[in-house]
Amino acid sequence: MENCCWHCFDTERLDASSAVLCNFEVYELLQDVKKQSSGKKKKSQQKNLATITYETLRFLESTPCKYQSERCIREFLLALTKFQLTKSEKLQLLNTRPTSAVEIQLIIEESEERLKDEEVEEILNLVKTLLPGPPEEAAADGAEDT
Amino acid sequence: MFVLAKLQDVVRIPPWQFNKPLTEAITEELNRKLSNRVLYSVGLCIALHDIVKLEESFILPGDGASHSRTTFRYVVFRPYVDEVLTGRIKSCSSDGVQVSLGFFDDILIPPSALQQPARFDEAEQVWIWEYEDGKHSLFMDPGEEVRFRVAAETFTDTTPAGPELSPAEPSAPPADPAAGQQRHTPYLITATVNEPGLGLLSWWANLS
Repeated sequence: MENCCWHCFDTERLDASSAVLCNFEVYELLQDVKKQSSGKKKKSQQKNLATITYETLRFLESTPCKYQSERCIREFLLALTKFQLTKSEKLQLLNTRPTSAVEIQLIIEESEERLKDEEVEEILNLVKTLLPGPPEEAAADGAEDT
Repeated sequence: MFVLAKLQDVVRIPPWQFNKPLTEAITEELNRKLSNRVLYSVGLCIALHDIVKLEESFILPGDGASHSRTTFRYVVFRPYVDEVLTGRIKSCSSDGVQVSLGFFDDILIPPSALQQPARFDEAEQVWIWEYEDGKHSLFMDPGEEVRFRVAAETFTDTTPAGPELSPAEPSAPPADPAAGQQRHTPYLITATVNEPGLGLLSWWANLS
């Protein structure tokens, strides 16, 4: 992929990272961009935008953010406040939707010291119940319970 | 893995676009300039998020276009160090394993950062994790999904530096920037999979 570096003499970086976005926010924005550009005729001018939007949307659709909504994210973050996780840890839980303790250990630094086993189980449970997952998973769980 | 970068620039709108609403013309121009390009020390720019401030537009002498200083926020791909991401293996070489996210390909896992012990099979051009000292050979095949941790990021300034002063080729075309720039990736992410839970998703699938 040709990502040539454009050294913009004029583009001043006021703040290289003024805010962090979760995958869901980017997913929504790019869907908006796609909708707006699909109405226009002049596509050739925005080839770069079209390419990156298409590829990034394709990537994001293979992640759990596809099933998320603003409300469930807010509920999830509220439920996590008692564990005192850092912003980046909560962000990764949202973006990756872990299903095993190994993944929790990867995301949460020093998880063995900061969290007890029951707390790890509780986080996994919160992830499973508050963050929607792919429909096949729900069907498999339903089959397991019967 | 995405951040909002607050940037400022003077945006030039040519006269034939004066029929468009100014914000629309500026949005298009900014996307045309930055989207799918790497900004040095910022990251891979994706799309414009919003315009924060739009100052007065000026028309400069000798140029019919309008110039407006704009402060705006852009969605940029820039994972932070230690973030855990999932991508697909693009290829293996003696330099390591190259992972791609679809919209970004320059992610490299050097041999030292693979699950040890690892060996490179020259015939099949694939890296193999010799789990339990060779009892199980786990192949890192292209196309497989792999979970990795960002270890480092490297920005390289690839602005053209002018023609090379080599006396050997006086007739060569001056400053062939394409050939020179492709040798340096403007934004390279170095990753690691040398941790429990990292590597091919299939290696850890039975745990969940």
